[in-house]
Amino acid sequence: MTAAVHVHGHDDHSHAHPTGLMRWLTATNHKDIGTLYLWFAFSMFLVGGVLALMIRLELFRPGLQFFRPELFNQFTTLHGLIMVFGAIMPAFTGLANWMLPLMIGAPDMAFARMNNWSFWLLPPAALLLLISFAVPGGAAAAGWTMYAPLSTQMGMGMDLTIFAIHILGMSSIMGSINIVTTVLNMRAPGMTLMKMPMFAWTSLITAYLLIAVAPVLAGAVTMVLTDRHFGTSFFKAAGGGDPVMFQHIFWFFGHPEVYIMALPAFGVVSQIIPTFARKPLFGYHSMVYATSSIALLSFIVWGHHMFATGMPAAAQLFFMYATMLIAVPTGVKVFNWIATMWQGEMTFETPMLFAIGFVCLFTMGGFSGLMLAIVPADIQYQDTYFVVAHFHYVLVAGALFSLFAAAYYWMPKWTGHNYPEARGKLHFWWSMIAFNVTFFPMHFLGLAGMPRRIPDYATQFAGFNEVASLGAFAFGLAQVYFLFFVAIPTIRGKFGKAPDKPWEGVTTLEWEVPSPAPFHTWETPPDEKLVNELAARQHLH
Amino acid sequence: MDAVAQNRRLLKKLLPIPLLMFGFGYAMIPFYKAFCEFTGINSLVKADAAPLNTRIDSARQITLELDANLRDQLPWRFKPLQTSLKVHPGQMVRVDYELQNLSGHAITGQAIPSYGPINAAQYFRKLECFCFKRQTIAAGEKRLMPVVFVVDRQLPADMNTVTLSYTFFEVNGSNG
Repeated sequence: MTAAVHVHGHDDHSHAHPTGLMRWLTATNHKDIGTLYLWFAFSMFLVGGVLALMIRLELFRPGLQFFRPELFNQFTTLHGLIMVFGAIMPAFTGLANWMLPLMIGAPDMAFARMNNWSFWLLPPAALLLLISFAVPGGAAAAGWTMYAPLSTQMGMGMDLTIFAIHILGMSSIMGSINIVTTVLNMRAPGMTLMKMPMFAWTSLITAYLLIAVAPVLAGAVTMVLTDRHFGTSFFKAAGGGDPVMFQHIFWFFGHPEVYIMALPAFGVVSQIIPTFARKPLFGYHSMVYATSSIALLSFIVWGHHMFATGMPAAAQLFFMYATMLIAVPTGVKVFNWIATMWQGEMTFETPMLFAIGFVCLFTMGGFSGLMLAIVPADIQYQDTYFVVAHFHYVLVAGALFSLFAAAYYWMPKWTGHNYPEARGKLHFWWSMIAFNVTFFPMHFLGLAGMPRRIPDYATQFAGFNEVASLGAFAFGLAQVYFLFFVAIPTIRGKFGKAPDKPWEGVTTLEWEVPSPAPFHTWETPPDEKLVNELAARQHLH
Repeated sequence: MDAVAQNRRLLKKLLPIPLLMFGFGYAMIPFYKAFCEFTGINSLVKADAAPLNTRIDSARQITLELDANLRDQLPWRFKPLQTSLKVHPGQMVRVDYELQNLSGHAITGQAIPSYGPINAAQYFRKLECFCFKRQTIAAGEKRLMPVVFVVDRQLPADMNTVTLSYTFFEVNGSNG
């Protein structure tokens, strides 16, 4: 360990690097790029959050209060697109950039310049999405799924969205190629694949998924583009095309995309729970196999998004059983996390709270997903608020909570400073309660038949909508609190210097470097003995 | 610099995957077409074979509602001659739609049928329909177009009212 720390003694002066704005524009260091990704994701999270609050503001009361229905549809569409492609996905790529080289003992990501390019593609794409509000006809309003024939008919906001998706897709593919190459080629000597931390595994599998399906989405939106402007008829019924075809192509991307946002969250939680339970991760091998089988199964279940399109019964049955099958590896994971905590010496610092919150709420989202997998039930729930409740349980309480868990867990390593534990706990409980106040009533609304993506609703839905809106504003406020009262003061070092190992039960390589992590780390790879010793403590072989 | 070369080698192996998958998205179009043709699903604008059992179920009567729509602001008038009629399952039925081009130039369009409830589609055996081919209609021309079909006797007992709806789409560009 001392040897490992020693090699960083020379870090800052031996490699001159630009400062100020140029440091960030020309960044090739994985930590700088990780930081850029994380801040970009957080800003997009706030933008998407404001759009969500506009939606909840309009839905606070029945009737049309604030926005025209056209504008409301633009809000729902852009909220979805920005949260998925602007917030959650870049946040996980940023996390992978920051942490993977540290965790596997590599000096940097494999392709440092490509890494810079894949980040700097993101802001122009986000800009395209945002300025589309100002073009004639407004932003895309076909829902984040951009179903034809809506998307083939809209104004130029849709074209801007299509280009944004192209750029975001390229960025994701480059980021993923980087992750795959780094994990496969640059691990420390002695770190076999089966000795990698779980987060490296889930990042690797996620990256493979993205390389496979991001181009399919690019293809789908390209077809929409040529249908709109170049006289093709992929989705136009008149020319022999079929609008339902769009749904098939979109969801072939869209379902793996769900796991692209969930698998890295599984990885984060699989790092945090063992740390605070002070026990090795239960069933490491089964975790790896479960992650892989979830990834493989995700390619054959896209039809469950389309049960109401009039599929043959045989296809419905196939997609129903295949979907339910995913509950098996997912169940393995949940049981493994619980078994890791079982009889552990648990403490409940903020990262652990968010991780446990994740396990509880993600499981609920999983169960409502199982309900949606059942064809006859799904035909009832299709396009209702039940679906909205379901995917916010897996994406907000799932992906987002795991990101907060990760932020608290690694903040001492990133900034070199302690975060305020009491404020962190307040942020957790505030988010946890507000989240449930917002999204739990949506289950009831959906079961009672309230459709999603509507600006107005029947008066019998008023009560639960009021509750949900109040919860949403409280949830939004909690995130502003996180920014101004946790993140920024921590970066400024208001709560003291963090030790190199702020947590007692850590077993991964990133804690073997000083806090804050120096600009260059693992230029000499970690000692093989250390790698083996840590792997043995991470999981029982 | 062995490590760099190794990374490049892997990059070269990974790069074809996104290219292939981009093509795969496009390949789904012919694949689905072939699949639907083979399994006989989604053949909305093709003539069906007449049902083998043509006995009329005179004990049962269903209400058929006819509907007509235009898309893309087509300058046409399109309506069924009657909006509702009673038919017996198994009975050969002919209904007529009237189509008129209100514009000063010829326009080509394609009608796409849809059914309410959606499951009713498979019980409609269409023997003749204007939707089987594109309709080019001259400026000011008025045309009466028939649909001839048999409603299969297998039509589920709970379907008492069925809507048959047509939407005309303009066909332009190279397809027109």
